[in-house]
This record gives sequence, structure tokens and C-alpha cells, in this order.
Amino acid sequence: MGGGVGVTVLTVTAPVYLDAASAAPLHPVAREALLAALDDGWADPARLYGAGRRSRQLLDAARQTVAECLGTRADEVSFCANGTQAVHRAVLGGLAGRRRAGDLFVHSAVEHSAVLHAAERHVADGGRVTSVGVDRLGRVDVDAFAAAVRAPGVALAALMSANHEVGTLQPVGEVAEACAATGVPLYVDAAQTAGRGPLPAGWSLASASAHKWGGPPGVGVLAVRKGVRWSSPDPADEREGGRVPGAENVPAVLAAAAALRAVTAEAAAEDARLRPLVDRIRATVAATVPDVELAGDPDRRLPHLVTLSCLYVDGEALLHALDARGFAVSSGSSCTSSTLTPSHVLAAMGVLSHGNVRLSLHRGTTGADVDRFLAEFPAVVADLRRTAGVEGL
Amino acid sequence: MTLVLDCRGQRCPLPVIVLARRIADVGPGELVRVDADDPAAPNDVAAWCRMRGHTFVGVEPQPDGVPGIVVRREP
Repeated sequence: MGGGVGVTVLTVTAPVYLDAASAAPLHPVAREALLAALDDGWADPARLYGAGRRSRQLLDAARQTVAECLGTRADEVSFCANGTQAVHRAVLGGLAGRRRAGDLFVHSAVEHSAVLHAAERHVADGGRVTSVGVDRLGRVDVDAFAAAVRAPGVALAALMSANHEVGTLQPVGEVAEACAATGVPLYVDAAQTAGRGPLPAGWSLASASAHKWGGPPGVGVLAVRKGVRWSSPDPADEREGGRVPGAENVPAVLAAAAALRAVTAEAAAEDARLRPLVDRIRATVAATVPDVELAGDPDRRLPHLVTLSCLYVDGEALLHALDARGFAVSSGSSCTSSTLTPSHVLAAMGVLSHGNVRLSLHRGTTGADVDRFLAEFPAVVADLRRTAGVEGL
Repeated sequence: MTLVLDCRGQRCPLPVIVLARRIADVGPGELVRVDADDPAAPNDVAAWCRMRGHTFVGVEPQPDGVPGIVVRREP
């Protein structure tokens, strides 16, 4: 290092961020687009003077880009204030639009909590809900789902494209066929797959969130397929085709679209790069950490996400121990949730919920990052087990 | 019921750890009940049974409403 005798070289390792499924780091093109649009797209796109028309032009272009990347028509896409708002509007608007067909909402047991919260509101308003179970890998029971949508009075069905906690891909195509056979619209929460490919075939309503694909936070996408009934669940105005009230955040939308175009172009290469890294995590953790349960489908899964639970380990302590070593991960353990309830996804699958961590990789994650995690993780778990006195139990 | 473990007020993974420590106190085929109010406990005890080869019998709500999670020790 060029240092003389007595010089101590400190190795400072950069933090390793492994929580892309919560928020992916901002894509460089999104940053550029955001900075440019702050100057160029600040005006109200509903106004007819020059600056307003410029904002409208940028917004229209962003909508066209997002539509192309998701495989929709531009007039099917509305921008929301965030992904959660898009979910709520998809579910409640989809149910409201089909009020005359019935009041039953069918969804999988492992939908995002935003879907479940919308379902709770539906029930509070007098509606009915059927939750369809999943297998140990988190894949919804297609026969049970098909039976559920054949019941009288089904207004809407919901199945996510892939699970956000365990990465399992859902059989959207098969479920969509069952829904189509009974004329029930299918809402697909595509938060974890948007930017990795088009929306799965058979969707009637869909939603996504820009900060899962490298766009800025604060941009959600609601897609309502042409001809699908949708009715605003709350006061509406003329914005976003009457589907999302309030002026659009044009700079953020533009940045989101730029990021989506970029990650869509990179998707195949990133899939090929990240998938083996997750395979390596799954294989190495299973081999080096005793009593660990790897959740989710090992094959039919998202390329970038893996979840595991360590027997007898406190999830919160595990998060803090990893954070202290520079690893940012999330957890589905009850002690890490504000409600102190375990992840409804892990519970529906029947897998261990304590000692749980989810790792989700992104375009900035390197093989060296993964190797560092794999080198340190066994000792982190062993230390916590030693401290708790549960070794060999 | 051969053994009852009162794990009220204990957060997961503690009820599972208590069960793991005490399961050997009963003979093969005998029942242990874990009274635990942590909402993760029934799921995590069931998962532990699967990992350790014991049988998750079911949940019997106790008079105070707390789930009593019944496990049969296997050989």
C-alpha cells in the first residue's frame, strides 16, 4: 500500500443494500431525467399556455413509454401518487365498477398488504371477500381460485404476478383463463415484475410502483384495460382519465418512465446475472447455516429475491446484527412489524416466520457483495444463537 | 396432556425455544401444550414440528382466549 512500517491500513467496506423489493436505488437515467424535468416539466400539464403544454407533452411521452414497457395502450395507463394508491384504486375502483355484478372480491392469501387493506375496506362497506390459499412454496391453488371465481356475485379477482416476500411466480395465465370463463375481471399487482417484462396476459386491471424498478418514490401506475368497468371510489376530477385526482408529479413521472425504459432494456441481461446469484445464496446458506428454512419456489421465482428463516433466531436482532455489518435487508418476522404480527405471506405458506430475512438484489449488486454476505451470515446467525443459548436445541 | 408450557407474554421465537427445551420431558406419543399469545406462535410451532419430526396436533383456545398449541412428541 506504500505505507511504511507501523501504518495500519483500515479496510472500509461499503454498505451492501439488499432491499430492492422495498425500494430499488434510483437508476442513473432516472436521476438525469428528474433533474432535467424539474426545469422543463414543472408547470401544470392541464394548462394551455406554453409551459403547461410542455409539461403535457412530457407527461404524454412518459405515458407512451410506460405503456410500451408494460404492454398496454397509453390510454389505459394512469399515474398515481405511489404504488399503494394504485393498488387501492385498482381494487376499490374495480369493485365499484362491477357493483351490479356482485359484491364478492376473490384474492390470493399472499397478496400485498395494500390489497388486503383495500379488501378490509370493502368488507367494512358491506362487501364480501374470499381468500384463496397457497401451497408451501407460496403458489396459489389454481383449482380453488377457479372454483372461487365461479361463485355467484364475484365482482373482481386479484392475483399478483409474483410474490414480494418470497419471490414465487403466480400462475396468472391459468387463473386469468378461469376468470375469463366466468366474465370476472382479474386485477394483477405487478409491483415486483414491472420492468422485468410486460404485464402477464389476461389482466383486466394492473398496478405497479416506480421505486421498485429504479424510478423515484412517489409514482404509481394504474392500468385499466379498455372496456373494463372501473368507477372512482372517491371524488374524481378530470386528471388521469378521471382515475386519479390531483395534478400529476410530471418530473417524477418522467424519471419513472426513463428508468422503466432502461431497466426493461436491461431486463434479460439482469435476469441472467441475478438469478445465479440468488441460486448461490440459496445453496450456500442451506449448506452453511443449520436449521434454516428457505422460503418460496426455488425455480419458478423472481430473479432477484430470496427469503429465509433461521430457527430460534429473533428477526429484529438479526436485522440489527446485519445492519451493524453493513447489510440492509428486510424481514417478515412479527417482531419487526409495527403490528407485531408475522408476515401473512409466511403464515399462509406455513413456513417459519421468526428469524426471517428477505434479500432482494438490484442492478448495483455485485457477486462480491453476495460473497461478502455469504461469508458473514453464518457467523451472525451462530452468534445470535450462542447469545440466546439455543445451540444444538 | 402430559405437559403444559405457559408462554403468555413471550414473543417469538421464545415459545418455540421453550418447547424445544422441554419436549424431551415427555415420552414419545405424549402431548405438550404451549399456551402462547404471540400471533406468530401457532404458525412457528407448526413449522418447528415439521423441521423436527414431531406432530402438530392443533390449537385449543384456553379459557382466557389464548391459543393452546398442542404438539405430540414423536420418537
